[in-house]
Amino acid sequence: MKKFVIGLMLCFISTVSFAQEKNKKVAFEVDGICEMCKMRIEKAALGVKGVKYAVWDIPSHQLSLIIDERKTDPMIIKTALVEVGHDTKELKATEEAYLKVHPCCRYRDSTVVKDMH
Amino acid sequence: MKYNWVVYTLLLVLFSQVLTAQENVSGTVLTGDNKKNSMPLEGANVYWMNSQIGTITKEDGSFTIQYDQAYSSLIISFVGFRSDTLKITKPGTITHRLQPSNELDAVEVVKKRDALQKTFFSTQNVVTINSAELLKAACCNLSESFETNPAIDVNFSDALTGTKQIQMLGLTSPYLLITQENIPMVRGASQAYGLTFTPGTWIESIQITKGAGSVINGYESISGQINTELVKPLTDPVLFVNGYANRNGRLELNTHLNQKLSDKWSTGLYLHGNKRDTKVDDNGDGFLDAPLADQINILNRWQYQDAEKGWVSFINLRFLKDEKQVGQTNFDPDTDRFTTNVWGSEIDTKRFDTSIKLGYVFPALPFQSLGFQVAFSNHQQESYFGLNRYDIDHESGYVNFIFNSILGNTQHKFKTGLNASYDGYTENVNQQIFGRSDRSLGSFFEYSYDDLEKVSLTAGIRVDAHNRLGTFITPRFHLRYAPWERASFRTSFGRGRRAANIFAENQQLFATARQIQLLNTNGDVYGFEPEDAWNYGISLLQGFTIAERSGNISIDFYRTTFRNQVVVDWENPLEISFSNLDGKSYANSFQFEFNYTLLRNLDLRTAYKYYEVKTQYQSGLLQKPLLPRHRFFTNLGYVSTPNEKGAQWRFDYTLHTVGSQRLPSTAASPAEFQLPAFSDSYNLMNTQIARVFSRQWELYVGLENITNFTQEDPIVSATDPFGAYFDTSIVFAPIMGRMYYAGFRFTVL
Repeated sequence: MKKFVIGLMLCFISTVSFAQEKNKKVAFEVDGICEMCKMRIEKAALGVKGVKYAVWDIPSHQLSLIIDERKTDPMIIKTALVEVGHDTKELKATEEAYLKVHPCCRYRDSTVVKDMH
Repeated sequence: MKYNWVVYTLLLVLFSQVLTAQENVSGTVLTGDNKKNSMPLEGANVYWMNSQIGTITKEDGSFTIQYDQAYSSLIISFVGFRSDTLKITKPGTITHRLQPSNELDAVEVVKKRDALQKTFFSTQNVVTINSAELLKAACCNLSESFETNPAIDVNFSDALTGTKQIQMLGLTSPYLLITQENIPMVRGASQAYGLTFTPGTWIESIQITKGAGSVINGYESISGQINTELVKPLTDPVLFVNGYANRNGRLELNTHLNQKLSDKWSTGLYLHGNKRDTKVDDNGDGFLDAPLADQINILNRWQYQDAEKGWVSFINLRFLKDEKQVGQTNFDPDTDRFTTNVWGSEIDTKRFDTSIKLGYVFPALPFQSLGFQVAFSNHQQESYFGLNRYDIDHESGYVNFIFNSILGNTQHKFKTGLNASYDGYTENVNQQIFGRSDRSLGSFFEYSYDDLEKVSLTAGIRVDAHNRLGTFITPRFHLRYAPWERASFRTSFGRGRRAANIFAENQQLFATARQIQLLNTNGDVYGFEPEDAWNYGISLLQGFTIAERSGNISIDFYRTTFRNQVVVDWENPLEISFSNLDGKSYANSFQFEFNYTLLRNLDLRTAYKYYEVKTQYQSGLLQKPLLPRHRFFTNLGYVSTPNEKGAQWRFDYTLHTVGSQRLPSTAASPAEFQLPAFSDSYNLMNTQIARVFSRQWELYVGLENITNFTQEDPIVSATDPFGAYFDTSIVFAPIMGRMYYAGFRFTVL
């Protein structure tokens, strides 16, 4: 009986670890405008341990990631993005962090956004 | 503090549920201006101005976005279309059509890709020549594709064949690694004429890397790498025809046929033929100014592409037959071959190449890939030059396996793999047979780091075991640093090692009366030690914008020092001697380049180059002969804005100022065969005008050597070709005078 329980537990643990993929594809939207934003966003994402690959697409604002789920999760990455001044749907950058980005990257400012479109 | 984000998430989850309860704006985004030609647009961005709220349209062009009173402007955008802003004051349903961006925008996008691209981000000093730039050199093959680019210098190899020899950093092509789609190509037997065996129309782009290259393609490169990418069956036009003719009777015809066989397979057949059967002797020395020539060159490519599964493959088959006849105008091979009646020469080459490339990108891991290349070639040259005979057979095999991946994340990448090569040579030098086979096996590891901002570096190392060069290590290192905006500071160093094929690389010696001397012959390659050199370089590239027009300035300095070299000594007019380096040999090169868009559509490219290339010869430490210390280069290119049919004009002008060159010493010759110690400097100008009528038709005409500058008496002792002082190798200026040409290009997309 004891063995059975341990076995069952092991099964459970292994499925849990299977659910945490080593190369999990994740994509979400991050606000930004230009090449400079792209560099800043990608660098911030890659700075998070467990993020293997990060490409931010300028027109769609989609950040595509490949992450090691055992080491990180999207919220940690979003926290890192907010720290460098880029908003995500769930987390917004503080005014202080936002103002640190280059003036041409001020995506919250409609005149800047207009110039780019 | 640690659990802050958990609280955040919980709050956000709650908040978003509140939001979904709110009203929405939904709708459809289409293309086209009326109902008949409209198509749903997938992937368009729909977002509220000044907000973080946005979405992307689905397959059918539909979208739903939360409505919020705080926002009133809804932006819809998509690449290649004009972005629109809609005023929305209440929730509801909308249908919106996006209009394609107008022509002007499209042209601006094209303009951003210069014909000659300098890279700011690569760790290596790379210049890419794309097909637009290649069009400026109307004729005809790879050796003539560098005339509008200052990184490569084009010289004349001899007074007979008209073959052009290329140099980088003051060193001739044997010290460059010349690859075709990353497979070593112009080497061994093909060193002298190999560049003329790749027709210009086959070339899609050329990447020129100055200084130490990457370790991936081998240990042979010393002063740089030139890689050519050929046209691909999938992207090359269905039909392309190019014809060319010039005043000296050179005719060229290129035909490309491409077909898509299925979703995954495409094939292309590329045919090249050139012919010259007119005898030209404008300088009246009794020798043909350009060879009588005949070439057939056939390439068949197969391309396999399965983007979903991540497979790419290329299979190439190429056959070449090239015949040249040079020498005195009245030479008849049938009656005069190997006689002293009339001096003449024939060079016949047959070559077969095949290669297979296989690439696999892991579909789930875009940063991880495998590559495999295998190539085989057989090169046979049979030739004679007066009474000298030179035949070479070269069989070559090459296998390369490479694995690309990352360490942790894509800021740290690596490439690792193995390669093996085989070269079998049989040479007949005036009935003396030289045979050798070279085998090597090597492995490499290259790490690259990119901080995505200011610093990136590539550090590579390879270890090779070679039956003649021994077991040795080849390190190469590249660093890029961006100290401020639009600047790239680079530095590099690396080692290269090679076995010199002394006869194949110096074939011009056979068209002279010089005696061949091989000195101190205890080594493994014709009795010589392998050549071994280190290259160091620094460069600075700075981009700028003045008066809304962009340009760049670059400065670079490179030094190559030889630890061993097979020194080719031409300083005695009666002989040519080969020996291991005993003393110093180095090449310093400095280049200053300035590029700027002078006016809309008018680009200026200009460069100054200084070379100090010195080697210890028997008579002392001397500047390499026939190498100018100073060179100046200017190119002006004008391309008009194409109209809606694609019609446009292109004008191009190039000036080369070639400084004084040291000539090999002729002090020991009788007075009538003596040459000055230095040549005079001279200017060379070329121009071309192309008229594009439509996307299908294009005509071009050009003028080469506008000022009609030629070398007087390029052949020493031309009147006595069987005498002891006969020499066709001392050439420092064009043999051909002013020359016009015309051609057409016909394309069916």
